[in-house]
Amino acid sequence: MSKVLILAEHDKGALKKVTLNTLAFARQYVAKFGGSYDFAVLGHNVGAVATALQGFGAGAIHVADHADLAHPIASAWGKVLADLAKSIGADVVVGPASTTGKDVLPRTAVRLSAGMASDIIGMTDTGAFSRPMWAGNLTGNVKISTANKVISVRASAFDAAEATGGSSPIQPFASDAGLATARVKFVSFDGVQSTRPDLAEAAVVVAGGRGLKDRFGAITEPLADVLGAAIGASRAAVDDGFAPNDYQIGQTGKVVAPQLYFAIAISGAVQHLAGMKNSKVIVAINKNADEPIFKVADYGLVADAFVAVPELTAQIKALRG
Amino acid sequence: MKILVSAKRVSDPNAKLAIAKDGKWIEGDVEYILNHFCENAIECALQIAEANDGTETVAVGIGDDETARFIRQGALARGIDRGILVSAEEETIDSDLIARIYQGIVHREKPDIVLLGKQAIDGDSNQVGQLLAEYLGWPQATFASKVEVSGGKAIVTREVDGGLETLEVTLPAVITADLRLNEPRFASLAGIMKAKKKPFDELEIDDLDLEDTATKVQVVGLTTPSGRKAGVMVKDVEELVQKLRSEARAI
Ligand SMILES: Cc1cc2nc3c(=O)[nH]c(=O)nc-3n(C[C@H](O)[C@H](O)[C@H](O)COP(=O)(O)OP(=O)(O)OC[C@H]3O[C@@H](n4cnc5c(N)ncnc54)[C@H](O)[C@@H]3O)c2cc1C
Ligand SMILES: Cc1cc2nc3c(=O)[nH]c(=O)nc-3n(C[C@H](O)[C@H](O)[C@H](O)COP(=O)(O)OP(=O)(O)OC[C@H]3O[C@@H](n4cnc5c(N)ncnc54)[C@H](O)[C@@H]3O)c2cc1C
Repeated sequence: MSKVLILAEHDKGALKKVTLNTLAFARQYVAKFGGSYDFAVLGHNVGAVATALQGFGAGAIHVADHADLAHPIASAWGKVLADLAKSIGADVVVGPASTTGKDVLPRTAVRLSAGMASDIIGMTDTGAFSRPMWAGNLTGNVKISTANKVISVRASAFDAAEATGGSSPIQPFASDAGLATARVKFVSFDGVQSTRPDLAEAAVVVAGGRGLKDRFGAITEPLADVLGAAIGASRAAVDDGFAPNDYQIGQTGKVVAPQLYFAIAISGAVQHLAGMKNSKVIVAINKNADEPIFKVADYGLVADAFVAVPELTAQIKALRG
Repeated sequence: MKILVSAKRVSDPNAKLAIAKDGKWIEGDVEYILNHFCENAIECALQIAEANDGTETVAVGIGDDETARFIRQGALARGIDRGILVSAEEETIDSDLIARIYQGIVHREKPDIVLLGKQAIDGDSNQVGQLLAEYLGWPQATFASKVEVSGGKAIVTREVDGGLETLEVTLPAVITADLRLNEPRFASLAGIMKAKKKPFDELEIDDLDLEDTATKVQVVGLTTPSGRKAGVMVKDVEELVQKLRSEARAI
C-alpha cells in the first residue's frame, strides 16, 4: 500500500490543469499498487487552490500557506514538501515536470533518501517507469530501488483526471521554510502577458519557427485568434528574439500534445519534434519540401508562410462565420 | 573565487542510436560530443573568471577514460584551468550518485560556485544540479539565462514557465545553465596546445569517501517509441482547410 503525495501546481492562487494530468498518473499508480493519494498545496494565500481540488478523491488536501513560500524557491518548497511527506507517511511524491517541479522535486528526493524518475510517461507491467531519453528517440524503463520514490510526470502523456465527487478534509501544515530561504532572495518575475490559453493546456497550438522572422507575431497571432489557440515557437525563433522563452517547444522547452498542431516555418529538428510529435493532428507549412517536419506531419503544405497563413486564417474565419 | 564546472560526454544528437544487446543502454560505438549545456556552463565560468581576477576554474567529468578527452578539449582548451576525471563505468551510476560524487569533489575543492548544465541530452533527467544543491545545503538557481556575480552573490535570471524569474543567491551556490545563457567560444589552437600541459587529476570514486555508492534508479530496458507516419501533402490552402474539416475533423 502506498501513500502518494501530489504537489499541486498553481499560478497566483489559480489551480493549473497540469495538476490534474499528474493526478491521472497518481490514480494509475494507486490502482496498480494500492493505497491513496493526498494533495500538497504550497504557497501564500492559496486557499482557492485547495478549494479547487475538492471533489477529486484525495484523502486530504494539505496546505502549507506561508509568506516564505510565496515564490517557489526550490530549497524552501523542497524542504516543506519533504517534511509534509514524512509527517503524513507518504512514500511516493509526484508533481508535474514543469519548471517548478523540475526545480523542486529533486531536493525533496534527497531529503527523503528517495530515487527520482523524471518526466515519466507511463508504467510497465513490472512496475518500471517509462520516460523519454535522448530527446524522445528512445524510451527508458527505469526502476526506483529505494523505499521512497519521487516522480515528475510529463503532463501531456496523461489525460486530465475527472472529478469524482465527495470532499476531502483541508489540513493546514505548519511549515518551517525559514532557514531554507535564508540565502535565496526572489528579485523579480518578468511574465509573458497573454490572454491565450496556456501552451500546456491548449487544444490547438500554432507554432512558428525562425523562418517567420520579425513577422512572427503578425503571422501566428491572427491564426491563433480564430482557433482559440496557444502560440508556441521553435528554439531558433526564441533565440533570435522573435518569441519569448516561455513559447519554446521541444527537448529543452515545453512538451505539448494538442489535438491540432501547426508547425509554420519550422524545419523539424529532433529537438523540436521531442516536444510535439505526440500531437494528434500535425500540420506543417514550409517552403522547402525536403524538411524533416513533413515526415511527422499528417498534412503538409509546401508554401510561403507569409502568403499561405493569412489565407488559411481568412478561410477558417469565413468557415466559422 | 573558485568555480567548478561540468564536462559530460554525450552521444551526438544526430547519431543513429542502436539499443545494446542487454537492452539497457545504447551501443557504445557512436559519435560523442560534449553535452551542449556543459559548454554553456564552461563559457559562463570563463566569463566570470575574466571579470573577477584571481578566479580559479576546474572542470569535472565523471565517466570512462574517453571522458578525459572532453574535459581537455571541451573545457581546458577553452581556458578552464584544471581538470578532474572521476573514473566510473557509467552503467554503475545514476543522477543521484553523480550528485554525491560532485559533493565529494566540493568537499575537496571548496568552490564558491558549481556550474552545471540544466540537463544531459542523453539521460534528459534534469536532476543533478538540484540534487547536489540539496546534498550540500546550498541555494540553487537552475535554468540560468543570465548570471552576474559580485560581492559574494549571484543574480541569476532563470527561464521558467510563464517568463523569466530573477533570483539572488548568496554564494556558495549551484547554478545550472540553459542554452541561451551565452554563445560558447571555440577553443583556439593555442588553447588546445596549452590544455595538454594543464593540471589534470584522475580520481576513483573510492577516493572521495562517499558514505555509500549504491544507485537509486536503474535503467532496466530501452525501447523504441512507435514512430509517426508521414501523412499527405496538400496542394493548397483550400485543400488543407477541407481536409482539416472533413477528414481530421480538427477545425
Ligand atoms: C541541446 C539542444 C537542445 C535543443 N532544444 C530545442 C528545443 O527545445 N526546441 C527546438 O525547437 N529546438 C531545439 N534545439 C534546436 C534545434 O536543433 C533546431 O536548431 C531548431 O529547432 C530550429 O528551429 P527552426 O526550425 O525554427 O529553424 P530552422 O531550422 O532555421 O528552420 C527554419 C525553417 O523555416 C522555413 N522557412 C523559411 N522561410 C519560410 C517562409 N517564408 N515560408 C515557409 N517556410 C519558411 C525553412 O524552410 C526552414 O525549414 C535544440 C538544439 C540543441 C543542440
Ligand atoms: C552504458 C551506460 C549505462 C547507464 N546506465 C544508467 C542507469 O542504469 N541508470 C542511470 O541513472 N544512469 C545510467 N547511465 C548514466 C547516464 O548516462 C547519465 O550519465 C546519468 O544518468 C546522468 O544523466 P542525467 O540525465 O541524469 O543528468 P542530468 O540531471 O540531466 O544532468 C544535469 C547536469 O549534470 C552534469 N552531469 C551529469 N552527468 C555528468 C557526468 N557523467 N559527468 C559530469 N557532469 C555530469 C552535467 O552538467 C549535466 O548537464 C548509464 C550510462 C551509460 C553510458
